[in-house]
Amino acid sequence: MTYEMLQQYWWVLIAVLGGLLVFLFFVQGANSLIFRLGRDEAEREMIVNATGRKWELTFTTLVVFGGAFFASFPLFYSTSFGGAYWVWMLLLFTFVLQAVSYEFQSKAGNLIGKKTFRIFLVINGIAAPFLVGAAVATFFTGSEFIVDKSNVSLAEAGVISRWANDWHGLDALFNVWNWVLGFAVLFLSRVLGSLFLLNNVNEESFRLQLRHQVLVDTVPFLLFFLAFVGFVLTKDGFAVDATGKVSMEAYKYLHNLLALPVALVSFLVGVVLVLWGILGTILKATFHKGFWFAGIGSVLTVIAIFFLVGYNGTSYYPSTADLQSSLTIQNSSSTEFTLTVMSYVSLLIPFVLAYIAYVWRALSRDITKKELAETDHKY
Amino acid sequence: MSLLSVETTALIDWSRAQFAITAMYHWLFVPLTLGLSLIVAVMETIYVRTNDEFWKRTTQFWMKLFGINFAIGVATGIILEFQFGTNWSNYSWFVGDIFGAPLAIEGILAFFMESTFVAVMFFGWDKVSKKFHCASSWLTAIGASISAWWILVANSWMQHPVGMTFNPDTARNEMMDFFHVAFQPFAVFKFFHSVLSGWMTGAAFVIAIACWFLLRNRERRFALASIRIAAIVGLIGTIGVAGSGDQSGVLVAKYQPMKLAAAEGLQDGGKGAAFSVIPGVEIPKVLSILATHDAEGMVPGYKQILEGYTDNDGNTHASVAEKIANGKKALEAFRLYRELRDTDPAQAAVHRKVLDENVQFLGYGYLNAPEDLIPNSGLVYWCFRLMVYAGGALLLMFALMWWFERKGKLPEMRSLLYVGLWSLLLVYLAGQAGWIVAEVGRQPWAIQDLLPVNAAISSLSVEAVQTTFFLFVALFTIMLIAEVRILCNAIKKGPAGEPIEA
Repeated sequence: MTYEMLQQYWWVLIAVLGGLLVFLFFVQGANSLIFRLGRDEAEREMIVNATGRKWELTFTTLVVFGGAFFASFPLFYSTSFGGAYWVWMLLLFTFVLQAVSYEFQSKAGNLIGKKTFRIFLVINGIAAPFLVGAAVATFFTGSEFIVDKSNVSLAEAGVISRWANDWHGLDALFNVWNWVLGFAVLFLSRVLGSLFLLNNVNEESFRLQLRHQVLVDTVPFLLFFLAFVGFVLTKDGFAVDATGKVSMEAYKYLHNLLALPVALVSFLVGVVLVLWGILGTILKATFHKGFWFAGIGSVLTVIAIFFLVGYNGTSYYPSTADLQSSLTIQNSSSTEFTLTVMSYVSLLIPFVLAYIAYVWRALSRDITKKELAETDHKY
Repeated sequence: MSLLSVETTALIDWSRAQFAITAMYHWLFVPLTLGLSLIVAVMETIYVRTNDEFWKRTTQFWMKLFGINFAIGVATGIILEFQFGTNWSNYSWFVGDIFGAPLAIEGILAFFMESTFVAVMFFGWDKVSKKFHCASSWLTAIGASISAWWILVANSWMQHPVGMTFNPDTARNEMMDFFHVAFQPFAVFKFFHSVLSGWMTGAAFVIAIACWFLLRNRERRFALASIRIAAIVGLIGTIGVAGSGDQSGVLVAKYQPMKLAAAEGLQDGGKGAAFSVIPGVEIPKVLSILATHDAEGMVPGYKQILEGYTDNDGNTHASVAEKIANGKKALEAFRLYRELRDTDPAQAAVHRKVLDENVQFLGYGYLNAPEDLIPNSGLVYWCFRLMVYAGGALLLMFALMWWFERKGKLPEMRSLLYVGLWSLLLVYLAGQAGWIVAEVGRQPWAIQDLLPVNAAISSLSVEAVQTTFFLFVALFTIMLIAEVRILCNAIKKGPAGEPIEA
């Protein structure tokens, strides 16, 4: 493979990991509903134990997403993490809270009580999808940073990437469109969370509630999602020419969608599957597999969004403070050698997915109040 | 934009403090994960082979404690990974081409394995077959060790960077030889040293709790069986730690002589150097034997390192002042090359040549005075002794436990049971001290001889890093207190059901 193909291949992997992460946010979405859906302790316990058997997959995917970005596009890691400090720190804090909350919440001597740990799960359930959504929105709206690699040649070393304001990432909240995608991802995660519970919890009265909740969250999800799609397809985008020069281009992302059949198909199929999963669940009382349709649809839609912002001569992490500092998959990637090595490693990913699927299946059994009352290990 | 002009010293200190506190908390939980996962897997294997319910009950008790500890290790780990980006952004670009790879491989190969099969361990008892469950316990333990391999590959590369070259056009170091990075001796010995110290931690943990049960005359069979396995794991672990530590010492002497000098408080070194037992008590020649495996081997002290010396292989090392001067020359040539490469290629080529001739000293160009190269000697000196002496004491403890358990005398030896109980503190102190030696001992380098910490940080306000530092301290401390209380409660409760006696 050529260097350019390797860079594009790694952007595919980043897109897939991003898509899987959003899909796996069903854990966060369901947790954000612990107190809303759980009318009594038994129901709250069912929610926590259903997501508690999967939370590590979401967590691990986030870690791998970070690691893969570091290995393949280190300038993004350096610029975004070091610059948009508060966004990433807030995200990490909520994930730390989540990680301990499962194991500790029901254990004697846990210091701050079951309810507090569950509130931590709710905080992570709301904050994580919202922050990731808002962060991805900046791929389209831009961020204020300056990159100057020559800084490292100064005797009193300067920093290669600097944020151009003192807000260090919180400035993303000054742009309403970042909020819009943040909310779209949050409500999508809640839809996926309810669909996951429907697929896993076998208590009829609870399922009725879940169907209602799917509808309640679908309305704002669609509003925010469609608004963001409309915004993206009509806005000016950050185009990159053959010399690497960045300039603004009208309807750039619409052009990309039309120029990239894979993105177009992935987007359309993804959206149809998400709607199929949701509508099937709402309209048919015996349909419990909506989670898989909406989940796969989410992955495909997110992949399409990453393709739109990364391919066809586009800057995926644009700077509004200095257009020429914008990051592209070409100027921010690792070397050909490192990408080649990592590409060999990536051949193991199908095996990893296979054993995850195998174990998911092996452990799958409907959760009921009775089962939880009898099991030894529960949260 | 110069970093040193914006409260650099405070920013470096707080960024280091934040990384250090996260790493130290991480290393409270991870070694127990490494050791206890192995012990649990061994116990479950015995259960599968014997079909004896006693072993299932024993396995499940230790697995419960494993589960309580596991999540915090994961939680502190994610912070460490992302801190390379958030607080060390220059580092992330300057060496990201090499450093990112092991982190990504760790995620793909190890984290998914751990997180997938740990779910089977906890939730699979009545859902999968006995053998599949046991295999999952082993895969969790193996996943934890694979994870350790790759993160220690990354750490070893910071101690001894290999397999790369500096590219002034991209202003970074670039990987040239993956296998050199992934399997260099530094990484191999560090892996065994760290993972086997995890075995020691798991073993000391099991022994301490089992001793507590014996002191209370509770769960006698369970406690003795646990000690039998843990003592063997602890003995193997300690012997392996000593062996890999010896090899690591030789590598440190060769590639990080300043760290060794700091660990010995060695002002003036030379051939046939003495080992300092404690200040004022020395054993002749022993330091040379430890560092070079030769009683007359040359071990440089601060004086030799700062002024220049010839090592055991006959290589001449320039004085630090000369290295700094060459480093500044390299940096200036690097700057001019980048400035002129588009407008005056001929002149740029001249600067490129100067850079290439001095590139091995580039990192020294960020230093201002030779004394900057000396780490905190008192801290490194005492931590090194704490690590070594605690390791020796633990070896003795494991041996005594193994021996007297075998002889059937252990339950009556209350003093030894108290020793077993309090050894838990010792194993954690040794582990923390070891990492302090490794990390403080290589200051001021983020990457040995390549990038000092002052050139590695992000452009942030001191207040921002202070805020997150105190938030982390509060969060981790609450988590630790909660974990200890939960563990104590679970231990007091003991294994589920009625005791099964032989």
